[in-house]
Amino acid sequence: MLAEQIRAELEKQIAAADHPQELAVDVMLAFQEAAGYLSDTALEAAAAMLKMHPVEIEEIATFYTFIYREPVGQNVIHICDSVICWLDGSESLMDYICRKLGIAPGQTTPDGGFTLLPACCLGYCDRSPAMMINRKVYGHLSRERIDDILARFEHEEPA
Amino acid sequence: METRVLLKNRKPDRILDLDEYRASGGYTAAEEMLQTGRPADVQEVLEAAGLLGRGGAAFPMGVKLSTVAEDAPFPRYLVCNADEMEPGTFKDRVLIHTSPHLLIEGMLLAAFSVRAEHGIIFIRPEYENAARILEREAALAREHGLLGKNIFSSGFNFDIVVHRSGGRYICGEGTALLNALEGKRPNPRKPPPYPTVRGLWQLPTVVQNVETLCFVPHVVQNGAEWFRNLATGPDEAGTKIFSVSGRVRRPGCYELPMGTALSEIIETHAGGMAGDGRFKACLPGGASTGYMPESMYHQEMGYKGLSDAGFRLGTAAVMVFDHSACLVGATVNLLAFFARESCGWCTPCREGLPYMHDLLRRIENGQGRAEFVPMLREMAGQMGLAYCAFAPGAAAPVESLITYFEDELREHIETRRCPFETRGPIAGATK
Repeated sequence: MLAEQIRAELEKQIAAADHPQELAVDVMLAFQEAAGYLSDTALEAAAAMLKMHPVEIEEIATFYTFIYREPVGQNVIHICDSVICWLDGSESLMDYICRKLGIAPGQTTPDGGFTLLPACCLGYCDRSPAMMINRKVYGHLSRERIDDILARFEHEEPA
Repeated sequence: METRVLLKNRKPDRILDLDEYRASGGYTAAEEMLQTGRPADVQEVLEAAGLLGRGGAAFPMGVKLSTVAEDAPFPRYLVCNADEMEPGTFKDRVLIHTSPHLLIEGMLLAAFSVRAEHGIIFIRPEYENAARILEREAALAREHGLLGKNIFSSGFNFDIVVHRSGGRYICGEGTALLNALEGKRPNPRKPPPYPTVRGLWQLPTVVQNVETLCFVPHVVQNGAEWFRNLATGPDEAGTKIFSVSGRVRRPGCYELPMGTALSEIIETHAGGMAGDGRFKACLPGGASTGYMPESMYHQEMGYKGLSDAGFRLGTAAVMVFDHSACLVGATVNLLAFFARESCGWCTPCREGLPYMHDLLRRIENGQGRAEFVPMLREMAGQMGLAYCAFAPGAAAPVESLITYFEDELREHIETRRCPFETRGPIAGATK
């Protein structure tokens, strides 16, 4: 589940915190970092570490965009679909990526390479249309640029 | 004319580091204030300066600080709201990437003014780079005695932690943000009590936006009159960072005197309209503000000026639409955003927004009926009954669409189709 070192570091932070539950998002993100998503087992382990009820964790886990409660691909693409990117053609870009990867929004490619999700305004309206892969934002998208960017990930060796 | 205060040290590809910030006079305002000033001095100068909250609500910062009572309990919290999720807004990202120490010094001074010892920067996960910059620079400030115990030998203690959000628009609402920090579901709380009385962990908490906090060292150093004189006229105060996007040649952040005319922002600073487009409308301050029509092209963009004209400056995220843009389609997009991002806690928002979205989507798709327009107006009018400012914000584009662009709505309904050309593969490629 969690590497020993990471668990020890989190437990140290929890012990030092005035209120353990203030670290709920950090703990969920740490479990997610380790397994790609927050599994039921991880959710329960997170709850135990934070001395919270699993339902309290579930309530926030399902609320946040960047906590994944289902398995995702090795790379998660979030395409901005807010108004400025929309004005600059984000709908057709979403279609393009769907056709290119052979999946619908919310799905993962069969090889586990990519998951495709929509996202709210990423705060890069000066470089619209934009998308984020993992935690990095790519702006001024065109079909050609999307081809280039995705190719970089496809050639990566699995971790 | 561009008047740079917050962005005066902007470099194309890197932050202003600690040495450079100090060489440009950084941390002198905090040093002098902590050593020789009183907390009330900060509050008074901010109030006299008329510094209004730059996160959208425009509440006077000095007044907010003064609502933390002298005998209020400890510990007290200062929270910097760096959640910046209002569509069209990217000024806080630019500010953090320009001068992180300006924000840290602003937080230090604001904290001193209410004797808060704990500082928290709440940041959206999309801004991971900014979060890392802030963590690194706060550690550096700590090494140099600018954060931590007994800062400038004044006896005042203050430190900052960076809290990464899990990502949700409603977290930017001040009281929802507090619930998020407490590890709860981030629904807004209904005041009173206000956060400055009972906020985080039921203790006094001041929540301020990044841009507002960045002004504090400058106002403390240069005084209220200097700040007021930065604006275009006596009714406004200071400068404002306008995040300009949409159909302009040079989208970006421009720091200009508060009250600068919309036409000047677009033509002089953002390079004019893109391609051969003509100005049709803009959202002046993010998705939660109303469309300003062409007749307001020369409107002065300040809190007072816009409010007198019946609009809100919001975050000053100016999103520009030209004549090729369908505002019905744009509003469908905005409502989809709001319906998806609503926390779902109270009824007008949870039930009303998907309903409004559905009606408007039908109009856009050529299945609208004439009675949809009064229905939309009626429902938008009910949004003020919600707990927080989210639902009235979502209603603003709809209400202004009906007021100023009713002809466009009617044309969709009567011709049973969207009269605008389908958006090309990437319409923005002409920029």
